[in-house]
Amino acid sequence: MRKILASLGTPRGLVVAVLLLAMALLPVIAQVLDQRYLLSVSTRIVIWSIAAAGLNIMLGYGGMVSFGHAVFWGIGGYAVGIFAHHGVHDGWLQWPVGIAAAMAWATLIGALSLRTRGVYFIMITLAFAQLVYYVAVGLEPYGADDGLNIAGRSQFSGLIDLRDRGQFYWLCFALMLATIWFCARLANSRFGLVVRGAKSNETRMAALGFPVFRYRLVAFAISGGFGGLSGLLLANHDAYISPAMMSWVKSGDLIVIVVLGGMGTVFGPLFGTIAFFVLEESLKPLMDMASKGTGEYWQIVFGPLLVLVALYARGGLDSLLGRGRARSRHRG
Amino acid sequence: MEYLILQTLNGIQLGLLMFLLAAGLTLTFGIMDLVNLAHGSLYMVGAYFAWTFIAWTDSFVLGALLALPAALALGVAVEMVVMRRLYARDHLDQVLATFGLILFFNELVRVVWGPAGKSVALPSFVAGTIDIMPGVPYPAYRFAIIVVGAVVALLLAWLVTRTRMGMLIRAGASNRRMVGALGVDIGLLFTLVFGLGAVFAALAGLMAAPILSIKIGMGDDILILAFVIIVIGGIGSVKGAFVAAMIVGQIDIFGRAYVPDLLKTFLSAAAASSAAPAISQVLIYVVMAAVLVWRPTGLFGQRS
Repeated sequence: MRKILASLGTPRGLVVAVLLLAMALLPVIAQVLDQRYLLSVSTRIVIWSIAAAGLNIMLGYGGMVSFGHAVFWGIGGYAVGIFAHHGVHDGWLQWPVGIAAAMAWATLIGALSLRTRGVYFIMITLAFAQLVYYVAVGLEPYGADDGLNIAGRSQFSGLIDLRDRGQFYWLCFALMLATIWFCARLANSRFGLVVRGAKSNETRMAALGFPVFRYRLVAFAISGGFGGLSGLLLANHDAYISPAMMSWVKSGDLIVIVVLGGMGTVFGPLFGTIAFFVLEESLKPLMDMASKGTGEYWQIVFGPLLVLVALYARGGLDSLLGRGRARSRHRG
Repeated sequence: MEYLILQTLNGIQLGLLMFLLAAGLTLTFGIMDLVNLAHGSLYMVGAYFAWTFIAWTDSFVLGALLALPAALALGVAVEMVVMRRLYARDHLDQVLATFGLILFFNELVRVVWGPAGKSVALPSFVAGTIDIMPGVPYPAYRFAIIVVGAVVALLLAWLVTRTRMGMLIRAGASNRRMVGALGVDIGLLFTLVFGLGAVFAALAGLMAAPILSIKIGMGDDILILAFVIIVIGGIGSVKGAFVAAMIVGQIDIFGRAYVPDLLKTFLSAAAASSAAPAISQVLIYVVMAAVLVWRPTGLFGQRS
């Protein structure tokens, strides 16, 4: 408690505290303002940031550029969708299976792709994601290309009603807090230090006697598990799944978010997700204001913005709040 | 038997198209150590250039001949504005920046050419069929693609193995700094290689235009296939890209041609025909995974 109070004195602590407080109250704010859309966007932000936090374990702390992370959205989403399609709405069953499936797939592709390095790793994770994508496209019983509407939300023995937008938001928010907390603990644990050490010097970690491959594999699996959790929530939010939720562009979006927020930082994934959605939602009206009807072309501004971020803003948004722990730049 | 020959030719034609795309990628990868996701955008813009110039000159050949220098100019411009700032950066920066370029180009095309797809009519002199063997007709345009693709592949092989520029390219791929230290203008070489890659991508785009439709994002999916090809072949190896393109072309075509029949033995006809294209795609990625597990740097890649 004292640590938390002390951190309020720093700019980062203050920003995070205000942000989290606002997010905690969001359903109330949305109610007062009568803005259902605000609540919907915020729910997506919270859900996406869980996946981003998961990717941050690999990408930010571990230096493993997974270009196929949206596949775990698909796995989590399809777990909910396929169960629901067969009339099974019990979340106690759906969710563990979805997360376990995501972790199992992460372990499998991790075991294969961690044999490669650099660009090969980027491309093989992309290829495995495409593989699952095309499997989903070919899944005729579950809607193939068109996807699947989910008739009922996950049910938890009547403890919580996910159809209630407020309750659903608060559940997602609580899960997001738990995820961020877990990731922060993980990053500073012995396990996390080994993974981070392997990012800056793999040979040295190996020389110290750590089985780097196994540590990375576990990091990959945990990372995938959070992706699966996020996918479960996404399917419940949209009441719809389709292969599009794991298209490679979504994987790109996730990388963008993690880098934009600040790689290897505790709150970076959350900052990044908020910035991503705020940019999308504000570029449209801004461009429309500048010249009527140009808003739908917002990506023509967003694209070059990403180029600029890649070239000049590597520390991400988190670095604007002053230096946290020392971070090292890594090379592909 | 005839069916088998036709499908093999289709596989070669697809393989050659993808080789054109992969050649530029593997060169920029091998020499500049650059992950260029936006290569597919050059393919797309090349096709749109061709559409515009063909409509303008009313001739497929003239339009194509104008589109290629336009693509070269675009490639050089992209290299000078963005890419050259990325060479020294790590792969993650490159992925991020070129991902941004994809979004930009997709949107730019929507602004300039509108959201609707475009189609290019088959040039009349290759509209019919030709007999590749007595009694076996094959669409002349597809055959023309094979011829052009093979000629360009040979030209590239000649350029890389027999000319001074090719020597520099190969030297640059194995040791950039040394080439620079020997007094070669490495910046100019990079610009030229990138421009060359853009021309090849545009050539693939404009040749594909009459058989596929020209649409926004057309480069994105084929780009991933091109990446798969250079990863299978070994990054930086033109020979590897060629072999891998042929393999992937055949898998794709034969997957589509024969998998449905196989599936029908245990699935309904409708389910089989919808699952087959997906399965042939899946097969490609399975092959890639198998190659990488067997040889983590691809078939012809340099072992580290």
